[in-house]
Amino acid sequence: MTQTPLLIVLLLTLSSLAYHFGRKRAFAVSGGRIRTLHSLPAYYGLYAALWAVIPALLVLALWLAFEDSVITRLVIASLPPETATLAPSRLNLVLNDIRNLVVGNIVSSEPDAAILAAADRYRDLRGISTTALFAVTLGLAAIGGWFAYGRIRPEYRSRNAVERILKGILITCSTVAILTTVGIVLSVLFESVRFFQAVPITDFLFGLDWSPQIAIRADQAGSSGAFGAVPLFAGTMLITLIAMSVAVPIGLMSAIYLAEYASPRVRAIAKPLLEVLAGIPTVVYGFFAALTVAPFIRESGGLFGLDIASESALAAGLVMGVMIIPFVSSLSDDVINAVPQSLRDGAYGMGATQSETIRRVIFPAALPGIVGAVLLAVSRAIGETMIVVMAAGLAAKLTANPFEAVTTVTVQIVTLLVGDQEFDSPKTLAAFALGLVLFFVTLALNVLALYIVRKYREQYE
Amino acid sequence: MEAQASQFMAENPEHAPARRRPAEADSATYDREHRGTVGEVRSEVPRMRCTAVNVHYGDKHAIRDVSLDVGKNEVLAMIGPSGCGKSTFLRCLNRMNDTVVGCRVSGEILLDGKDIMAPDVDVVPLRARVGMVFQKPNPFPKSIFENVAFGPRIHGLAQSQAELEEIVVSSLQKANLWGEVKDRLAHPGTGLSGGQQQRLCIARAIAIQPEVILMDEPCSALDPISTAKIEQLIDELRRNYSICIVTHSMQQAARVSQRTAYFHLGDLIEVGETDRIFVKPQHQLTEDYITGRFG
Amino acid sequence: MSEPSQPVRDSFARVEAGMKRRRAAERRFRFFGKCAVGLGLGFLVILFVSIVGNGYSAFWQTRITLEVTIDEASIDPSGVRDPAVLQAADYGALIKQSMRELFPDVSGRRNRIALYGLVSNGASFDLRDRILADPSLIGTTISLSVAADDDVDMLMKGHIDRGAPEADRRIKDNQLAWIEKLEADDRIGSAFNLDFFSNGDSREPELAGIRGALMGSIYTLFVTLGLSFPLAVAAAVYLEEFAPKNRWTDLIEVNINNLAAVPSIVFGLLGLAVFINFFTLPRSAPIVGGLVLTLMTLPTIIIASRAALKSVPPSIREGALGVGASPMQAVMYHVLPLALPGMLTGTIIGMAQALGETAPLLMIGMVAFIADVPAGVFDPATALPVQIYLWADSPERAYVEKTSAAIIVLLLFLAAMNALAVLLRRRFERRW
Ligand SMILES: Nc1ncnc2c1ncn2[C@@H]1O[C@H](COP(=O)(O)OP(=O)(O)OP(=O)(O)O)[C@@H](O)[C@H]1O
Ligand SMILES: [Mg+2]
Repeated sequence: MTQTPLLIVLLLTLSSLAYHFGRKRAFAVSGGRIRTLHSLPAYYGLYAALWAVIPALLVLALWLAFEDSVITRLVIASLPPETATLAPSRLNLVLNDIRNLVVGNIVSSEPDAAILAAADRYRDLRGISTTALFAVTLGLAAIGGWFAYGRIRPEYRSRNAVERILKGILITCSTVAILTTVGIVLSVLFESVRFFQAVPITDFLFGLDWSPQIAIRADQAGSSGAFGAVPLFAGTMLITLIAMSVAVPIGLMSAIYLAEYASPRVRAIAKPLLEVLAGIPTVVYGFFAALTVAPFIRESGGLFGLDIASESALAAGLVMGVMIIPFVSSLSDDVINAVPQSLRDGAYGMGATQSETIRRVIFPAALPGIVGAVLLAVSRAIGETMIVVMAAGLAAKLTANPFEAVTTVTVQIVTLLVGDQEFDSPKTLAAFALGLVLFFVTLALNVLALYIVRKYREQYE
Repeated sequence: MEAQASQFMAENPEHAPARRRPAEADSATYDREHRGTVGEVRSEVPRMRCTAVNVHYGDKHAIRDVSLDVGKNEVLAMIGPSGCGKSTFLRCLNRMNDTVVGCRVSGEILLDGKDIMAPDVDVVPLRARVGMVFQKPNPFPKSIFENVAFGPRIHGLAQSQAELEEIVVSSLQKANLWGEVKDRLAHPGTGLSGGQQQRLCIARAIAIQPEVILMDEPCSALDPISTAKIEQLIDELRRNYSICIVTHSMQQAARVSQRTAYFHLGDLIEVGETDRIFVKPQHQLTEDYITGRFG
Repeated sequence: MSEPSQPVRDSFARVEAGMKRRRAAERRFRFFGKCAVGLGLGFLVILFVSIVGNGYSAFWQTRITLEVTIDEASIDPSGVRDPAVLQAADYGALIKQSMRELFPDVSGRRNRIALYGLVSNGASFDLRDRILADPSLIGTTISLSVAADDDVDMLMKGHIDRGAPEADRRIKDNQLAWIEKLEADDRIGSAFNLDFFSNGDSREPELAGIRGALMGSIYTLFVTLGLSFPLAVAAAVYLEEFAPKNRWTDLIEVNINNLAAVPSIVFGLLGLAVFINFFTLPRSAPIVGGLVLTLMTLPTIIIASRAALKSVPPSIREGALGVGASPMQAVMYHVLPLALPGMLTGTIIGMAQALGETAPLLMIGMVAFIADVPAGVFDPATALPVQIYLWADSPERAYVEKTSAAIIVLLLFLAAMNALAVLLRRRFERRW
């Protein structure tokens, strides 16, 4: 793997050689009369260069992607049977030892002979693989370049060929977005299915108790761990609700003020400044919530004799609301500006004041769009992670009291996955199940919101 | 009755009727230096009286020194080529130009003898007295009932629900729309046909019982049958209201109006009894326009 | 003429009667609007004031000047100046010695430990580096400025109240007395905190710096930029210029729009499951971070790039096609150069988004404690926002200041990137 840059440089060199010779050959076959060529000589060069580099790069990418798993499998096969049939988690530890030995790191325990042998085998296989990779890719590049070189004739339509290849590349790139979605769905779904084999899906969706601690020993008290996600959903909803009750009124009113009342000067200053709020990384908000807002709320609650948790839902929700203000306001601003001027004129022409026009005509007319904007904002709030990780609680609690600490879906995903966990325990798999819920809920909200907004736009087209 | 102010053009040397030589008065070579209004700008019983009104959009001088009366119970038609400032002038009459950024209006505009241009005048009650109907029907995205009830509601004209309903019904009746919508008052106003929508907008405007109704090309988006209905309506409304209507249709001006004003490039060229203007225009430009030589 | 005017007058009376209430409602509404804008901007101000107020002091550091006698017998008894020996020598003893000389009356083990605690553990490394660089100093007495311990730093910056009861203070009475003597001798002072920019993370707040995190972020962004820009431009060019209008391209389009709104943490899950578990790429490495952030920013950049392509008027394409260029040539040579500034603007915005992103990096393990500055995209690393998260979690008071300072640095980077984007847009903004 460390040789990869060298290999790429070699491939690129080969490819530029192919370009050079391809171009030269084009000159040669034209007998110096370039006009007899179908395409410019550079296209012949490019054609050869692409043939030299693309197949080789494809093979290289595939090789690198699967090299490690193939070698690992081979090494496992060579292990003594009692090791090879260990539980996957134990086997992973052994494999880690082997890899560490190969790299020369310190190993947790004194290695036995079998492990040492496996490490040797691992190293050998790596060496073979690297050599083979060099041979295969460079050979492929040479063959590809040679093949293209051989096809160069004056009447060959190299420009069209090059353009076909380029277009193929463009199409491939545009499918990355699809692949990403497929990747998300598959990876989350796959792990979730494994989770639901251990924990019934109904327990997960409707269970009221969330305590994902898995005991070390099977006979330990309370060992099973509980994966009822309702408290997480409730906590997420509580914080989202608080955030929305901050962001919607403030965002909407400032959008209205800036769109309908503010002078162009004020708008030109205030609008970008408000949008700065959206550009601040959420980790900054999280820090602000934990360091400044939460203690402030706790202390001011103390003045009124209220007992407010230092990780109260209120603090996280408030700060999240602030983060979402510009989101609501810029979306609402678009929506409000889409309300046709003729409706405003109609209302003003009848003697409505500005606020009457806004409240009784513009707002109802823009309502579908505003609902769409709010839905988008809700989806944003549900998926927001850092603020809640830093300012909300860890313990799952089923409560509607904003002064108590609650936990959310995203907080649990982070706590379940951060740290050295075994990948296959129900604990980590639970994170993927939560991720699945998160993905589909936000997706549904987005699709719905975009649909509403589009319908709304069409209404005033 | 403020009948004192019936001035006539003839008494005013500045507005002396003068028939120009055709060459000089051609629209292309129209000479701004010699402008001035031909005909009688003043009405015997004025409801609104404008004197020396100028409108600027930024640097653009859109209305120049226009003086004009809107009489009581009369329909005043404004005609002229596109871009000559008809809408702009109309919008001065209820200060709708206030909503346009960069628009400055100067001059004196009196409604029942009171200056509506004064800085302390509130446009809200003003617009309740001078209503407006627009070129494109613009019903609010609410029910038919709520559309008509909008004005009475915001202005607090009805003390009770019954009174409100009465206003809505009588406005719809006056707008000749009642028969068509009485069974679907709760349906959205945007679901009506174009002509019905425009009558709905008229009903909406008269529901607040204004003194003057301004109409900016109210029929331009409508079919002939709807147009005929609205023209008939305008004629009926004249009994109770003063009406100012901008139109591109000479026939319409001739059919519905008592007086006609001809605008050209921001100037008011000629005003007079409709019957006279269309039969015997005094200004060459008016004649050119009416006979369809340009515009 | 008078018969219709009766109801008319009546209605005006009612309008006038309601005006007072309506004007008040109007003022109220406008006031609410102002309040909303004011609140939004107020939050922004509070946020900045709180961050800057907490963080600016981290750019200064309390340092103590010591006279250190570099005793040859203790660090290089053989006198050969073998670098290996010099490297391994006990410089801490020299620092302690010089502290004892400054305060000769301090006796007893506990008091001595408290005394040594005034200077940072990093002081001996400073001394070592100094001597390795110039072995001729051995045998002389040099004046060395070393970082003070974070508690001393906090005290000097006023975050520890000298008047508080001793039990509540992390600096005890005897230490306070020594510090006051150091102040009187002018041996303690404040200097620009270079360590903050040149060190990696550390368990000692006074030694902790952002260099490692910054490099991690730079490597990550480098990978992201290198992958997402070409991918996004290619995808945008295909979708905008060549794609037929069919189900498949519709699907891609809807998909891109939805992907732009998927929570970032879900991308982290994808990275964990696919890149780390399936392709067994190294954990905590910028390469994986870059891959994940590429997928995350791709929709943003594609959308911006398509908008940039859309804004190039069709006449340009037609002109190129008219002189015999192929569609591909027309796009490559004529449309793309004109759309490039817009695409770059979108890319910079996407990069700014990637720079501030934390959650997906937590998923792929870029959250470990890593003291070394990474040297490549495969080295374990963390990133600036993750460093902020880690420091924010640390209990020591001194990390509050570090966290805020790291936030200031992060925000400065973001501001610079956004300013660049705005500049680019202004510079190349074209009205067709
Ligand atoms: N909001 C505005 N800003 C700048 N100029 C304007 C604005 N509205 C109108 N104008 C200009 O003022 C002049 C008069 O416009 P106005 O709309 O009053 O014409 P009009 O007579 O109603 O034309 P039409 O018959 O086409 O409706 C035109 O030249 C127009 O360009
Ligand atoms: Mg007009």
